[in-house]
Amino acid sequence: MTDTLTPVLSANWGDERAWKLSNYERRGGYQALRTALGKAPADIIGQVKNANLRGRGGAGFPAGVKWSFLPKDNPNPVYLVVNCDESEPGTCKDIPLVMASPHTLLEGVIISSYAVGCHHAFIYIRGEVLHVIRRMQQAVREAYSAGYLGKGILGTDFDLEVTVHAGAGAYICGEETALLDSLEGRRGQPRLKPPFPAVAGLYASPTVINNVETIATVPSIISNGVDWFTSMGTENSRGMTLYSLSGHVANPGQFEAPMGITLRQLLDMAGGIRHGHQLKFWTPGGSSLGILTDEHLDVPLDYDGPAKVGTGLGTKALQCFDETTSAVRACLRYVEFYKHESCGKCTPCREGSWWLVQLLARLEAGKGEPGDIDKLLDLSDNIAGRSFCALADGTATIVKSMVNYFRPEFEAGLHTPAWELFPYEKTTAWYRAGAVAESGATA
Amino acid sequence: MSETTKEAQALATPAADPQAGALAAGGANTNTPDAALALNRNPLSRQIAEADPATLVSVTIDGIEVKVPKGTMIIRAAEMIGKPVPRFCDHPLLDPVGACRQCLVEITDDGRGRPMPKPQASCTTAVMPGQVIRTQATSPVAAKAQNGINEFLLINHPLDCPICDKGGECPLQNQAMAVGNGDTRYSDVKRTYPKPIPLSAEILLDRERCVLCSRCTRFADEIAGDPLIELAERGAVEQVAIHDGEPFNSYFSGNVIQICPVGALTSTAYRFRARPFDLVSTTTTCEHCAAGCELRVDHRHNDVMRRYAGDDPDVNEEWNCDKGRFAFVSGRGTDRLTHPLVREDGVLRPASWPEAVNVAVDGLRAAGGAVGLLPGGRLTWEDSYAWSKFARVVLGTNNVDFRSRPHTLEEAGFLAHAVAGTTVADSVTYKDLEKASGVLLVDLEPEDESPIVFLRLRKAWRKKHLRVWTVAPFLSNGSRKLGATLVPTAPGGEARRIEGIDDDLDLGSNGIILVGERAGASLGTLTAVLRLAERKQARVAWIPRRAGDRAAVEAGLLPNLLPGGRLVEDPSARIDVQAAWDVEHLPTEPGLDADAILGAAADGTLKALVVGGIEPTDFRDPADARRGLEEAGFVISIEQRLSEVTERADVVFPVSLFEERNGTFLDWEGRERPVHQVVRPHTLVDDLRVLVALADALGVDLGVRDAAAAKAEIDQLGRWEGPRADAPTESYETVEQVGERDVVLATWRTLLDAGRGQDGEPLLALTAPTPVARISPATAAWAGLDGDAVVLRTDRGQLAFPLVVDDTMVDGVVWTPRNAPGPSVAEHLGLVAGDVVGLAPAQATATDDSTGGVA
Repeated sequence: MTDTLTPVLSANWGDERAWKLSNYERRGGYQALRTALGKAPADIIGQVKNANLRGRGGAGFPAGVKWSFLPKDNPNPVYLVVNCDESEPGTCKDIPLVMASPHTLLEGVIISSYAVGCHHAFIYIRGEVLHVIRRMQQAVREAYSAGYLGKGILGTDFDLEVTVHAGAGAYICGEETALLDSLEGRRGQPRLKPPFPAVAGLYASPTVINNVETIATVPSIISNGVDWFTSMGTENSRGMTLYSLSGHVANPGQFEAPMGITLRQLLDMAGGIRHGHQLKFWTPGGSSLGILTDEHLDVPLDYDGPAKVGTGLGTKALQCFDETTSAVRACLRYVEFYKHESCGKCTPCREGSWWLVQLLARLEAGKGEPGDIDKLLDLSDNIAGRSFCALADGTATIVKSMVNYFRPEFEAGLHTPAWELFPYEKTTAWYRAGAVAESGATA
Repeated sequence: MSETTKEAQALATPAADPQAGALAAGGANTNTPDAALALNRNPLSRQIAEADPATLVSVTIDGIEVKVPKGTMIIRAAEMIGKPVPRFCDHPLLDPVGACRQCLVEITDDGRGRPMPKPQASCTTAVMPGQVIRTQATSPVAAKAQNGINEFLLINHPLDCPICDKGGECPLQNQAMAVGNGDTRYSDVKRTYPKPIPLSAEILLDRERCVLCSRCTRFADEIAGDPLIELAERGAVEQVAIHDGEPFNSYFSGNVIQICPVGALTSTAYRFRARPFDLVSTTTTCEHCAAGCELRVDHRHNDVMRRYAGDDPDVNEEWNCDKGRFAFVSGRGTDRLTHPLVREDGVLRPASWPEAVNVAVDGLRAAGGAVGLLPGGRLTWEDSYAWSKFARVVLGTNNVDFRSRPHTLEEAGFLAHAVAGTTVADSVTYKDLEKASGVLLVDLEPEDESPIVFLRLRKAWRKKHLRVWTVAPFLSNGSRKLGATLVPTAPGGEARRIEGIDDDLDLGSNGIILVGERAGASLGTLTAVLRLAERKQARVAWIPRRAGDRAAVEAGLLPNLLPGGRLVEDPSARIDVQAAWDVEHLPTEPGLDADAILGAAADGTLKALVVGGIEPTDFRDPADARRGLEEAGFVISIEQRLSEVTERADVVFPVSLFEERNGTFLDWEGRERPVHQVVRPHTLVDDLRVLVALADALGVDLGVRDAAAAKAEIDQLGRWEGPRADAPTESYETVEQVGERDVVLATWRTLLDAGRGQDGEPLLALTAPTPVARISPATAAWAGLDGDAVVLRTDRGQLAFPLVVDDTMVDGVVWTPRNAPGPSVAEHLGLVAGDVVGLAPAQATATDDSTGGVA
């Protein structure tokens, strides 16, 4: 554990026009690619495996192991697909990374493609972030001109095409098989597994799908070595990673630190909760894995720490909420998100989120009925673990953990509107204690 | 029984069927008696019986050990042993999807000694050796999970069961009763939509009732190959939708009504017309084509209300086409014949049966032996047999031919050599199509001419990578849906093309050649097919179009054939039949074929005709056919409805509809397909009874007096086991080559057209394809066609069609449908396939009415 920041991926974010190829190269960019192309692909997979680089997209599956699942005897081409459909509430790391330094990702894509034997890689970017898509496209264009992409990369016999693909704005397309359907031009809905993407993914061919940050981390491992990488982090969670701090934080943003740092340490660096307020609850890994409270400030934020307290590291999206926040309202807003993003394929997600929103809206308005809280929990039980993909699990988890920590607030929903208990203007950024003293605020 | 009905019945009694359990535990896997197996239509138990026992996987479901093939989904294994798991999206014939989540079960041991942490969808979870599964019957976890899903499905479901077509046969209703709550916890606002909205003229969608199981969209995509419906929007407002302006006009669209597990998809024609519990169901066979689909016909108050596809895994599985489903009201029009008619002073007038019989008999007596019989292709085997025996025994003639379409002597020879006297046991079957290594289609457009064959070929292509080739003038949409490779061939050039097929076409070790009825009209084709089959070691099957065609061949309704494949010219075969029929003598020379019969009637050689279900427009030249009917001295018509034939007849005998009849069809495989009487007969007699009455009046005993007796005599007579006819040896060299700039017509009947069996069903007609003329780009260029319409011209007249320029079309060929509504190529141009036709750009005035209009 450490209390210092370790900028690697984000080291050049402050540079002048860091996204230009020349500026990236000036910092030593694409040196890792030259090193990698001098090695056997299997050695690169070995290095990634030894570094125990685990997926940064939420599931934490070791990247090297995933790569080694690719069948050796399949006659179809191998595809690498980069998941940049960053949509999890509070998560804000892949998009800033691509915006600031697209070549970091691209170098990772080339090295990873070389390692897994892929000659056509796809970068699937969330449709709403058009500026990021354009930046990535420009970077790819630059890389083609410079000979980092195309035929015979850097004088070797390795060929690679990269296609940047814009999604159409659906959270579900961050689910890897829904992403593949979307990439193939179909309606983005999760696929039945097996077959798994490693066997029959994109165009029914062996496919590796990794998160942006995972792939972007690969060049640093090649450059600096496995020992450098494993010197950071904790036992099962090696290396550095990007934490996204947002919400009622004095200086929110992306913090790149070794795995296992705590929220207390991060908050210290971020100037703490906004002035005059205290932390009420926070998400360690986006909304889908549930919340923690100020009791959990010292939980190490690695793959094991949050899991031990019933949640998960997820995407390391640390959304912080202070005491002005209504748990009922926050819960409703989260569930509204899941309702909006449900793809509609399976019943519990589609119908369950529809019902939960109505129930929570009643509780927010103080119009709950006796039994509503138990119904809320029972419905969550009927959703969790019953759905086709994990999206609905997120819906159920946030409801259950909110009720778990703040049941009295939900019970108040039987008679008192949440906006009376937690005047909503107080949670806003422009609210200053005292300015609306007549509202009876307790801040 | 349909899938939905099975579900309904299975779930009405969720408790395990002890007999089913015993079967699974004791016998199903090892030594199920063959007889029991034949009765058992469960495809999984058949698969088990055929599998090597060593390859089976053993799992335990609710304490019952069962062995099933590797890869079997839990839900299949469970239902086989009488443990039905509720489901909506799952359908045994569709790919698994796991969308509805209703079929969750608990897996207490995944086969490696560990329980699975979450309930699993039994429709998408394959069995693993040693797995222990508990369904809702024994597991509180599974029961709670299913109850929760059921509750979710009901929160947005409208409470309109009392007026819903599905109410009473609804899987959602049944499953709510089986695993749901008696009351609702949902006190919030339901999702509502305007309802219903049309997906096509035939199918209405009620989005409120839809549970979004995607059975319909998967059917359209996977089974029919017509992905014209798709899920649109997302979340709770996800809904089935069509593309704007592109209705769900699939030939198979009606199946989605049947597989919809709720009342979301309803038939426009049937909507609100009956309640399921008032309907009486009868299993029978469809009369529209030679596919032999099992049907479940539901009637109320002696009126057929609807027809559903029956479930016969050997034949139509659980599907049928829209013609078979919706076209059943043609006999209800004012043109239905209900009593005999006789001509007096040039006008037909009603007559009593004895009077009509006397008039008919007088006419036949006057004709002496100079009589021809044209029974048509709509008959049951029993009726065909009666026609055949009547011709030979009563009238003493072989002038009988069921073929009311362009035909050749070569075809009669082919049928005698390769078709007559074979049974389903030694013929190509639907199952064989699934197992084939390659299939060559010759003059057969399965989607139009034998839709269930089309579905089976598509299944084989999708599931088993069957390779299909088609000898055709262009790659039709139907062929594309089979992944077929075009063997580009102009009509008339089939024989030459087939003779030229060499190693470029690899049918594999288990090849099949399917020939359609059109092959019989193109000289040399059938000879070439038989030679190719020998070269390629492939099997040949003849796929006729009409439901009665196959039985007609078997009954000997051909000038060269007696029943059971016996040759008229074979003395020993004749003696065999003489003995069976107890007659001294049978005519020894082959008779006239249908065209010759009409010609002989026209020139007075034949004095009388006995005519069944034919239309003049069916023939090579409708004008010739009419002339024959008009010039014949005496015409007896045996018909269901007024027709061009009855208009020209001297005596008309009314016969019953198929829904009023008992009997047997033979499908193209030669498989016996039972026809059961559905409703009380309006007219008491079938063809057989009319012929018996005539025979009696002529003083000859026909020997059979009803369908059952006829069938018994057919079975007793059996198939001929003596020498078969030699293969035909027609040379294509005699076929005239057309000029370089001549355009020849390619044409066939589309499934939905102006056929009389589809009368009275305007909604079905609205889903029919638009008649067009197709030509190749090169032909369009030299014919100077650059507009969007074309005129087809002969010395008889001209017809305008919308023009489709098709890249796959053979140069020098134009295709139009043969029997489209409105003026037809047969009637107005006197054309059949292979005839030369003139093309011209449509004038501005002509395009005003360009859809098959008279230009």
